[in-house]
Amino acid sequence: MPEVLLDVQDLETQFRTSDGIVYAVNGVSFHLQEGETLGIVGESGCGKSVTMLSLLRLIPSPPGKIANGKALFLGQDLLTISDEAVRQIRGGQISMIFQDPMTSFNPVLTIGRQVSEPLEIHLGMSHKEALNRVVELLDLVGIPNAQDRINDYPHQFSGGMRQRVMIAMALSCNPQILIADEPTTALDVTIQAQIVELVKRLRDEVGMSVIWITHDLGIIAGLADRVAVMYGGYIIEEAPVKELYSHPQHPYTIGLLGSLPRLDRKQHHRLTSIDGLPPVLYEKPHYCPFAPRCKFAVEKCRKENPSLEKYDTSHYLACWVDTETGSER
Amino acid sequence: MGRYIIRRILYLIVVILVVSMITFGLMHAIPGGPFSREKALPEETIKMLEERYHLDDPLWKQYVDYIYNVLIPHFSTTAPTNSLQDDFLVNAKIGNVWFRWMNFGPSFKSRSRTVNDIFRDNLPISAQLGTMALIVALVIGMPLGILAALKQNTPWDYLGMGVAILGVSVPVIVLGPIFVWIFGVELKWLPPTGWGASPPYLLGFLPSELGWEFFRYAIMPSIALGLGSSAIIARLTRATLLQTVREDYIRTARAKGLQERLIITRHALKNSLIPVVTIIGPMFAALVTGTFVTELIFGIPGMGKYFVTSITNRDYPVIMGTILLYAVFLVIANLFVDIIYAYLDPRIRYD
Ligand SMILES: Nc1ncnc2c1ncn2[C@@H]1O[C@H](COP(=O)(O)OP(=O)(O)O)[C@@H](O)[C@H]1O
Ligand SMILES: [Mg+2]
Repeated sequence: MPEVLLDVQDLETQFRTSDGIVYAVNGVSFHLQEGETLGIVGESGCGKSVTMLSLLRLIPSPPGKIANGKALFLGQDLLTISDEAVRQIRGGQISMIFQDPMTSFNPVLTIGRQVSEPLEIHLGMSHKEALNRVVELLDLVGIPNAQDRINDYPHQFSGGMRQRVMIAMALSCNPQILIADEPTTALDVTIQAQIVELVKRLRDEVGMSVIWITHDLGIIAGLADRVAVMYGGYIIEEAPVKELYSHPQHPYTIGLLGSLPRLDRKQHHRLTSIDGLPPVLYEKPHYCPFAPRCKFAVEKCRKENPSLEKYDTSHYLACWVDTETGSER
Repeated sequence: MGRYIIRRILYLIVVILVVSMITFGLMHAIPGGPFSREKALPEETIKMLEERYHLDDPLWKQYVDYIYNVLIPHFSTTAPTNSLQDDFLVNAKIGNVWFRWMNFGPSFKSRSRTVNDIFRDNLPISAQLGTMALIVALVIGMPLGILAALKQNTPWDYLGMGVAILGVSVPVIVLGPIFVWIFGVELKWLPPTGWGASPPYLLGFLPSELGWEFFRYAIMPSIALGLGSSAIIARLTRATLLQTVREDYIRTARAKGLQERLIITRHALKNSLIPVVTIIGPMFAALVTGTFVTELIFGIPGMGKYFVTSITNRDYPVIMGTILLYAVFLVIANLFVDIIYAYLDPRIRYD
């Protein structure tokens, strides 16, 4: 039985805004095993980024606040250990890459300076040693003429190249967990595929665990072992990747899959999309947050919020309705 | 960069021509002349004076002569006489030829002095005062702004911003006399009036000795003059730093485990300095040219008096000279800002 690296329990994060408190994450639990890749999907605004940022205590505070929960990493709770202890883990044992490679680099510092930082912080290298290592790392992620490019600034790189540099930076200290927060969303489709391949290759070489966040179920299919679907700050369905694609249960998951072109279906089927947008929650919903957009919603959905329950072996679901029959289960 | 600087210097010539034309036009459009007095001078005397200073020439000729004397370098094989009419700011002997440049003419009001005398003796004092005030503004304003931003919404923040508001709202004319009274008259810590440097100046404008003697005199007026600007810098620094720490790349820096101190010093400060640098150019120019009241309060023999009284006196050469000099100063200050800008932000390349 592989070891559980990360065990998140009942995570809740809120933001105090001028319009009231935004309930961004409302009790999310999941775990990550050694060597496993967990996909987290959901439309924009479902609380995916806030969940991950909360783990590493990177939520801007104020206005953000982690209201509840635990995040056990190798037994220690990331949410309660000292600031210094969590700083040591960031970029060392758990590192993160972000969506927008344009704004995620400091425009006034060279790439060499920025990529060498984790090596100096976590591995105690001198700046010179670190720079030598940076060249190797940039080579590894496929930056041509790495030696000449360490003195360049971020604006001298293309978006895809910048994301490669970001990956090099995140992997520099051999992390046990890589959290990738929509790293391909801002890139061209062809570049997207290259980045996914790169992470896959490096993951298999190093043997690290990955949490890959996306709103694109297509990317996850070939990458993840297990997928959690998020909506309104909740995980509403979670299953091994094959199971989720073949037997999606939650109307939201079905909706997301319906908007995906598939090669494994013989008949041509129409691509559908879900009407409406995910809500910004100003109170913790006492109903199913998806109910207002749900075609299957019944009376109960508007009265009670379903919790994530076991549906099948390693398949979890938070829904009142059986989508096969259309009636309450 | 080199080409950019050359372009800016050519642009400077255009600025000089335009500013001089406007000033010349306005100056002559105001009624009255340099020799109109309450008790009118005899007609012949005025006529004689006007003839002496070529004020009887047509205006266009006066302008062209002025520009010729100021802008066009003069070469001669005979030694300069350095009479009132023949006083150049730049005098250099190359071989046996004299190279002479920038004759701003004699002052109409101070009969025995030329505009260049004022530039040589009084302008450096104002430049020193303005520079000191800018240093005060930066030394007080930036730490205050950084502190306020890092301790946002704490008593530190409120204290810092309170001081800043006080700085902007209390003018020199109030602050100056209070300083003089407390530190000069009552406590006798600092001299209440005067300035601690006198000609000749190093490179034409720096105090020849930069010791306690200089600072003793400079402290009060520099603080009085610079405090308002320090408040502006403090508020701007606070605002830009608060914005910078919300940027994605600061989150990236945190995510890689960088220490909070390094995040601020290495990642945030340089970025948040960029807007601050932008206002330093015009601020410096405003400080150097805005010394009149401070000089009056602290009895400093600077340029301010000449600049202000020259207008009421219709002292044409002094008006023209000071305004042109200040215009050049402003352009050069902004050029410096642009150069610092390019140094701070690698995305900026001038070409
Ligand atoms: N700094 C913030 N201030 C206020 N609300 C925020 C902030 N960051 C995120 N939110 C809110 O939290 C919710 C979840 O956002 P996020 O986790 O970024 O979604 P996504 O799933 O697209 O990553 C959204 O409703 C968003 O408006
Ligand atoms: Mg996101």
